[in-house]
Amino acid sequence: MTQPYIPILLLIAFVIANAILMLGLSQVLSYGERTAVKTAPYESGMPVLGDARERFSVKFYLVALLFIIFDIEAVFMIPWAVAFRQLTDISGLLLIEMLVFVVILAVGYIYVWKRGAFEWD
Amino acid sequence: MESVVFYIFATAAVLGGVMCILQRSPVASALWLMSTMFSLAALYVLLGAELIGAFQVLVYVGAVLVLFLFVVMLLNLGQRSNDLRGPSGIAAALVIAGLLGIELLAVWRYTPSRLAAEVAQGPAMLDASAAFPAGQAMRQAAAHNVVQSVAEPLFRTYLIPFEITSVLLLAALVGAVVLAKRRI
Amino acid sequence: MNPELKGYMLLSVIKMLVVFTVVLVGVALLTLLERKVSAWMQNRRGPNRVGWGGLLQPAADGLKNILKEETFPAEANRLLFLLAPAMSFIPALMLSAVIPFAAPLRLDFDFTAGPLGRFVHHGLMPMVVADVPVGFLFVLAISSMGVYGIALAGWASNSKYSLLGGLRATAQMISYEVAMGMSLIPVLLLSGNVSFSSIILEQSRTLWFVLPLFLSFFIFLVSGFAETNRLPFDLPEAESELIAGYHSEYSAMKFSMFFIAEYANVVTVSAMVATLFFGGWDVPFTRADESGVWYWVILSHLMFFAKTFFWIFFIMWIRWTLPRFRYDQLMALGWKFLLPVALAYIMVISGAIYALEHLAGVTSPLTRAMALTVVSLVLGILVFRVLDRGVIVSGSQPRRQRLEPDLLRNPLGGRTDGVRVAS
Repeated sequence: MTQPYIPILLLIAFVIANAILMLGLSQVLSYGERTAVKTAPYESGMPVLGDARERFSVKFYLVALLFIIFDIEAVFMIPWAVAFRQLTDISGLLLIEMLVFVVILAVGYIYVWKRGAFEWD
Repeated sequence: MESVVFYIFATAAVLGGVMCILQRSPVASALWLMSTMFSLAALYVLLGAELIGAFQVLVYVGAVLVLFLFVVMLLNLGQRSNDLRGPSGIAAALVIAGLLGIELLAVWRYTPSRLAAEVAQGPAMLDASAAFPAGQAMRQAAAHNVVQSVAEPLFRTYLIPFEITSVLLLAALVGAVVLAKRRI
Repeated sequence: MNPELKGYMLLSVIKMLVVFTVVLVGVALLTLLERKVSAWMQNRRGPNRVGWGGLLQPAADGLKNILKEETFPAEANRLLFLLAPAMSFIPALMLSAVIPFAAPLRLDFDFTAGPLGRFVHHGLMPMVVADVPVGFLFVLAISSMGVYGIALAGWASNSKYSLLGGLRATAQMISYEVAMGMSLIPVLLLSGNVSFSSIILEQSRTLWFVLPLFLSFFIFLVSGFAETNRLPFDLPEAESELIAGYHSEYSAMKFSMFFIAEYANVVTVSAMVATLFFGGWDVPFTRADESGVWYWVILSHLMFFAKTFFWIFFIMWIRWTLPRFRYDQLMALGWKFLLPVALAYIMVISGAIYALEHLAGVTSPLTRAMALTVVSLVLGILVFRVLDRGVIVSGSQPRRQRLEPDLLRNPLGGRTDGVRVAS
């Protein structure tokens, strides 16, 4: 059963080796010296003001949170979709089950929308 | 062969966990945690639970840890060392480590037959005595397909827990918005 | 190791090396193709100095990138800065491993190679590097790891443009990943399995899924554009705002690796569209392509290649056709439009399947697929009408936009809210 994963394991090793090779080769063949101007962050030629790592809008954080919730919902749907036409004896029940699941989440979705979580202004 | 792969990924998982708590930089910690999660997914695949492995990567590596990384970047924690060192911190660490040790000892006392007996008293989905011999789960997965062997018990036996999950997700949804958009 | 396993390993290694090489060389040629297509659409010539018609341009670019100077921003976290391109490169190249590129080939051999021992293989060999049972869940899972490279690149560079680009890219990719995952649920409803081979077989038995699942196809395609950060969703590297976005600070091979990853993702999305909605290697109107005879395998591979290539070209075509979205429009499209449409579509399709199978008593898969085609096309027309009105996507400032024509016609037309907007 785990046999199909052997090529994947090989490929992971192979791709990682390639990545190391590319990075390493480039490091070895690279020339030139580091100067203060060269290593400054690029800001269109203006003098750099302050650090880049400022605090960011909470919007990004909210998007990540909402993403997890809907991702988990999708994860629950995958086995349901596969089973839907195979567990024929309970397919009506399956349909209602998922309808309830989706409706409960749709309530949350509408709430999130009305609270303006999807507005990006 | 399989045991070699197991030990590689098990070592990677443990190493990732240890490095995660030893790193000073929160971003590096998050990355080590990611390597732990990925190794765990590989271990699931080795156990024949390929679907759980895929979901592990999809949910933990692809979603939960992205959130962690976001938060770490967002809060700009940097390298500050306002950590929990000092006598009270050490005491708390000792208590928690002791509790975890006791839990591990309890798990140590489990044998496959005792586990099978306890599963047999739970909600029945399979013949418990047949569930544990090696390879049973894999044969079953091969007979149906990998997803269906999870879907059948989930939507037949554990129907109510599944529906309650949606309420849990709803609560999470509302909670996220209330936390993030308090002023609106 | 027994001889069968050895034969399997031998074939796996050969397939792996071939696919990896083809993807890398293909990606290199795609960079040339992109420039040629751009030139063609803008009535220019494009690169034509190196090699025949510019054919060696990618090789020259690659050589240049290896020899270029490596720069490290002074404030950057050096280890993470190096790790980021690798984190982008590795998942992107892993993805091609699970997509079948031709019909299974009947292959029998039994030979002994000196000290290596006996190699045996009998029966059909799937033409895919790793025929994993989790199928496209593997693609979803691994592609979700592509976010890390970009987020890390943005953060580790410690440059403002990079950080903004990285944050934008991460938020965009995770937003559209939801819609992408949901758009694939109807595919599972029809195929009943997650593995690519069963999805292709179901399509060759009935219709290509683009017809019965038209909206899924549309949502998947749009989210595919967003996932690969291509125009019209290339906000993470919008030149006019962010220089080059998350890879502003990268030079030499590290930059190349981001580039390779982006094009490898384009190839993967195109191959996914071709496989999930256009039958993959399926040669239409015949089932002889499943026989495993070598010429049918080659023909099926050509079909797969043609379909994938069309979608690669389509992605380039769109690049020079549509302008870039605004960020609020991008988020509105993902969360307010694609996600609810995908959810509703899942329920409609599953309801329709239930009605067809249990109420109408349809047993033939072909009839079912045709009935679903009708449902999908009607829904598709409705959805496009809504999208066309601009109800959802211009959602961030709908009032102001609605007022603009009135303002132009009658600038001081007594509408107090209109005057406020104008000032």
